[in-house]
Amino acid sequence: MTIALLELRSISKTYEGQVLLKGISFTVNSGETVCLLGASGSGKSTLLRIIAGLESSDDGFVLFNGVDLASVPPHARDFGLVFQDYGLFPHLNVFDNIAFGLKMRNIPAAEIKQRVATLLKQVNLTGFENRKVTDLSGGEQQRVALARALAPQPRLLMFDEPLGALDRTLKDDLLNELRVILHKTRIPAIYVTHDQDEAFAIADRILLLHNSVIVREGTPAAVWNNPGSAWAAQFLSAGNIIEGVVNAKGKVKTDYGVLTLTSKHKHSKGEKISLLIRQSSGAHETLKLKVQDVIFKREQFEVHAHGGLVFHVKERPQVDGIIPLRVKVECLHENPKEKPSERGGLSVRR
Amino acid sequence: MLDHGDRERRKFNVQGPFASAWFKRLLLWFFPVLFLLQFFFVPLFRILSLGFDASALKTENFSLAFSVLSFTFYQASLSLALTFMLGLPSAILFARYDFYGKSFLRALTAIPFMLPTVVVATAFNSLLGPNGWIHSLFPLSSFQFMGTLTAILIAHVFYNTTIVIRIVGNALSRLDPKLEYAARSLGADSSRVWWNVILPLLRPSLLAAALLVFLFDFTSFGVILLLGGTNFSTLEVEIYLRVLKLPNLPLAALLSLIQLIFTLILSLFYTRVINQTTVQTAPRFSASSLPASIREKIFAALLVLFLSSFFFLPLVSLPLRSLARLEADRGQRMEVQDGITIDYYKELFINRRGSLFYVPPIQAALNSFAFAGLTVLFSLFLGFPAAFALAKPTGLEKILDPLLILPLGSSAVMLGLGFILSFGSALSLPIFVPIAHTLIALPFVVRALQPAIASIPERLRQAASMLGASPFRVWQTVDFPILSRATLTAATFAFTISLGEFGATLLLSRPDRPTIPVAIARFLSQPGGLNYGQAMAMSTILMVITCVSILFIERDDNRFA
Amino acid sequence: MKRISILLSTLFLLASCSAPGPKTLTVMTHSSFAVSEDVIRSFEKENNVKVVFLQSGDAGETLNKAILAKDAPLADVLFGVDNTFLSRALQADIFESYRSPELDSVDDKFKLDASNHVTPVDFGDVCINYDKKYFTDNGLAIPGSLEDLVKPEYKDLLVVENPATSSTGLAFLLATHAHFGEDYLNYWKSLKDNGLVVVDGWETAYYTNFSGSSGHGAQPMVVSYGTSPAAEVVFATAPLNDAPTASIIGPDTCFRQIEFVGILNRTKNRALAEKFVDFMLSVQFQEDMPLQMFVYPVNQKAALPEAFTKYSQIPVQPAVLTPDEIATNRDAWIEAWTAAMK
Repeated sequence: MTIALLELRSISKTYEGQVLLKGISFTVNSGETVCLLGASGSGKSTLLRIIAGLESSDDGFVLFNGVDLASVPPHARDFGLVFQDYGLFPHLNVFDNIAFGLKMRNIPAAEIKQRVATLLKQVNLTGFENRKVTDLSGGEQQRVALARALAPQPRLLMFDEPLGALDRTLKDDLLNELRVILHKTRIPAIYVTHDQDEAFAIADRILLLHNSVIVREGTPAAVWNNPGSAWAAQFLSAGNIIEGVVNAKGKVKTDYGVLTLTSKHKHSKGEKISLLIRQSSGAHETLKLKVQDVIFKREQFEVHAHGGLVFHVKERPQVDGIIPLRVKVECLHENPKEKPSERGGLSVRR
Repeated sequence: MLDHGDRERRKFNVQGPFASAWFKRLLLWFFPVLFLLQFFFVPLFRILSLGFDASALKTENFSLAFSVLSFTFYQASLSLALTFMLGLPSAILFARYDFYGKSFLRALTAIPFMLPTVVVATAFNSLLGPNGWIHSLFPLSSFQFMGTLTAILIAHVFYNTTIVIRIVGNALSRLDPKLEYAARSLGADSSRVWWNVILPLLRPSLLAAALLVFLFDFTSFGVILLLGGTNFSTLEVEIYLRVLKLPNLPLAALLSLIQLIFTLILSLFYTRVINQTTVQTAPRFSASSLPASIREKIFAALLVLFLSSFFFLPLVSLPLRSLARLEADRGQRMEVQDGITIDYYKELFINRRGSLFYVPPIQAALNSFAFAGLTVLFSLFLGFPAAFALAKPTGLEKILDPLLILPLGSSAVMLGLGFILSFGSALSLPIFVPIAHTLIALPFVVRALQPAIASIPERLRQAASMLGASPFRVWQTVDFPILSRATLTAATFAFTISLGEFGATLLLSRPDRPTIPVAIARFLSQPGGLNYGQAMAMSTILMVITCVSILFIERDDNRFA
Repeated sequence: MKRISILLSTLFLLASCSAPGPKTLTVMTHSSFAVSEDVIRSFEKENNVKVVFLQSGDAGETLNKAILAKDAPLADVLFGVDNTFLSRALQADIFESYRSPELDSVDDKFKLDASNHVTPVDFGDVCINYDKKYFTDNGLAIPGSLEDLVKPEYKDLLVVENPATSSTGLAFLLATHAHFGEDYLNYWKSLKDNGLVVVDGWETAYYTNFSGSSGHGAQPMVVSYGTSPAAEVVFATAPLNDAPTASIIGPDTCFRQIEFVGILNRTKNRALAEKFVDFMLSVQFQEDMPLQMFVYPVNQKAALPEAFTKYSQIPVQPAVLTPDEIATNRDAWIEAWTAAMK
């Protein structure tokens, strides 16, 4: 079992009457990258600031190596921060930006020079020492920001939507570089984003933040396979969600017909539940759907079907035609922190 | 390694045809330069060439000039240092912290800026003079106030602190909080954050404020004369004496030239330094919050206490005097003479002597407002294009920028005479008052707008123009919203400068269209309790109007946060 | 675009606001000029003219501005040149000669310009005012002469204005010269040793330093005007039995000031200007002047208001210097005084 380096216990924060965070608890271990995934404005940045000590929480603790950080000011915590709009010091050049943290620790000049050179190499910006940061492109600036955060060898790195301002290809490139660096340095990291592709690419563990609480925690695969709630499934675009009403014993009525429900949970008659429908070539069930719209997506076609369902197929269907689809149907709970083993299955008989 | 981001950027920076870039520059500068030529350079040139002749170039004149210049410089530097000592912490206070009565205190610090010197002198005298409150509270203390250098310095701080608060405070609230977060997470404690991040980024605004305050103190006239008594003389006072009192036009012209040259050197220095400072691009405002830590609370409390006393105590004597019966009991009265009265306010509306020049206070206030409004319009109209051009300076700006500042550092008296020579009897037109006010307000407006303009990210503008917006529309939809706060600051400056008394003393004024400061001066030119009381009442009205106007203008400030 | 056109039209409106209706007569005066509205209106009606006044600064400043603009005069008539500036004004040759028939009602001692380029209109005296209450409370005798002022019992009690910056102060300086001649600087040095307070101008001296005014200052004696005590009564907040102040009118303690009006060279309204000069000497205007400007009329037919006869004193022997003497020496005397008082 790995030792938890950073631990959050029951962090809560209310801002101007609105509850931003409620009872947030999680850990980050050495060498681990944890991703906080949630919609924009859901309090993720605030949580980072609380961890960094730049804001105080209304309740709860932040512990590092078992030590409560409440009395430790931000400049003594040794946590690195990388922002979406880089936050580079415009009055300093690249070298001075990166060297800033080292200067603050009164490291001798020669050592600083060496360290900055190493970092620039690490982020592929060798030779950029004297450039003005305002002259750099977005990708270059972000790399400088990363180098700056890495320079003082922090105990923890925090990323606040760092790739948000960059274009697709740049994002992918940088994401890869970031992963390499994080794995190599083994610095624990918290990565905040609203983009699930980023999250899946970089995280060892994902925390879904919704309505001020963590609704799902797990490895990317686990979370993807079992989102655990309608919102999560929607947010992750894990599949299609439809509503149904439980009627007779074990059956659920939906817009697509009456389906038999098998699940580990007890459902009472008349109970409304959410169902997750996912494509699966090996599944039992087949739904017949009317095609409303077809969009080309490089290797496949995105099909928008009647009722709002979205699927991907290899061959282009006819609009207004009816196509069969093999699907897996699962029941969804709104339970947060659902254990991965708890799943509901549904067999459909037509 | 050249990533394709670089190539993208270069595409955008392609210069249009040489002619069109120049043409745009010239267009921006056309009206401001025309204005300066017509209403500053030409009149000044005329009076200087009329007055100046080689007979003035005597050693004794030069030694007089030198000693006067040294003192002028000395008192201006001291005043500047003191003003910043109070102004900088105050700027921080207003930009960072919320507290009860914040808007009111902020408006209070701006009031002195537009009070005529004679009113300020009265206010201070009632507090610190030989019969003032301090002496009556502490009868054993003996200090001389009037006629000392201290009086001059204190008055300068009293007048000009608001410049620092506004310009630096505005820049401070435009700082991206993320920069502070980054610095802190990198190991910088509070003082290092200030020293390494905040102050360097504040440099442009610090310099701008310093330049304006220094020039104001350098050309200070009324304060020197009224509060310094006969012991002190600056360039401006000497010029005034040599032009209007003991006329020695050649010497006055010589002194004027020296004053101008000095101002030019100063502004060249300023433009040089300011172009070397960087600008940060974050058109967002840090919210201010309640002081959190004990240290912050003590800082805020002490500063608020000091500011309130410093600005409130002298000023409050004016309304108090306007409400109190002013004649001491001398046993010759027919009735009780003590107590509160609103007679002076009532008297303002009565034309007891049937005087031709009687102007009801409402009319005077309206006149003041009309002139102030015109000043705001003119200076914004001229200031915006100039500030735009200056935000991306080329060689042309390096020449034009210092010229823009010159009116601040030149002798108002000489300029007034220049106006007489250039415009003659046309001077009776009321339009000349706002024109004169605009000459002074323009550098302020430009300085207030320029840093904000420079902070607009270029890519926003480019995005807009790629989407088909004409340059004017780009300005309207991208620049203007971002500039709202700076525009407000600029407009407030122009407004308050105009409300104060610049134009009246140097131009031929029409007595049937007085502004409030002129009306106050008129009351004080004759003896009698009614006259004095009415002067106090008018001053109080001026103070209230100013306060309300500023509060009203700044009320909208939060909208832009 | 819209803003520009609004701007231009505002400018235009404002400019046209002062467009002349009937004929206009422009009168340039100093800041102390005042007159009753109906008096001017009657002149305007009688002559079908609009009178426009231009004011700026004190007498000296106004004159200097007029001299500067003499090639393109700013007005038709200039009022406010006084005897201390008379020579300079005549030398600068900015006036046209005109002898008003009303001059017959004026005593010869006021007609300082035989060539009638300027016409006397009013006179007044610059005198030391004292605070009656202070003197009674402290059992002090009123000083009777200039020499008395250097006596130790009057230490720290006098405030004067700087002659370089104030015409009132200048008048007092001239009085001391008229009395002491070349020895005047010694007198000033003694005054200085006796705690003399010098300030920049009349407003400061009267309202900040004088104890007898509403400003409750520290000095009970101030160089002001002989008519100031009357003004204190006229402008009192509540009716008074007696004036709180009075003037010292010993020999040479006051300086006589006479004010003149003149028609400016190259005026285009000569006839109207002449009428205006006549008007200023008319009984109607002369009787209006005292309570407006607090000066005495030169027209012997004009009656004085009660406040003047009761509370204002005319000195028997005011200090007098010829205009030429003043013109020649003024600057030198001011410089010498400034140097001596440093």
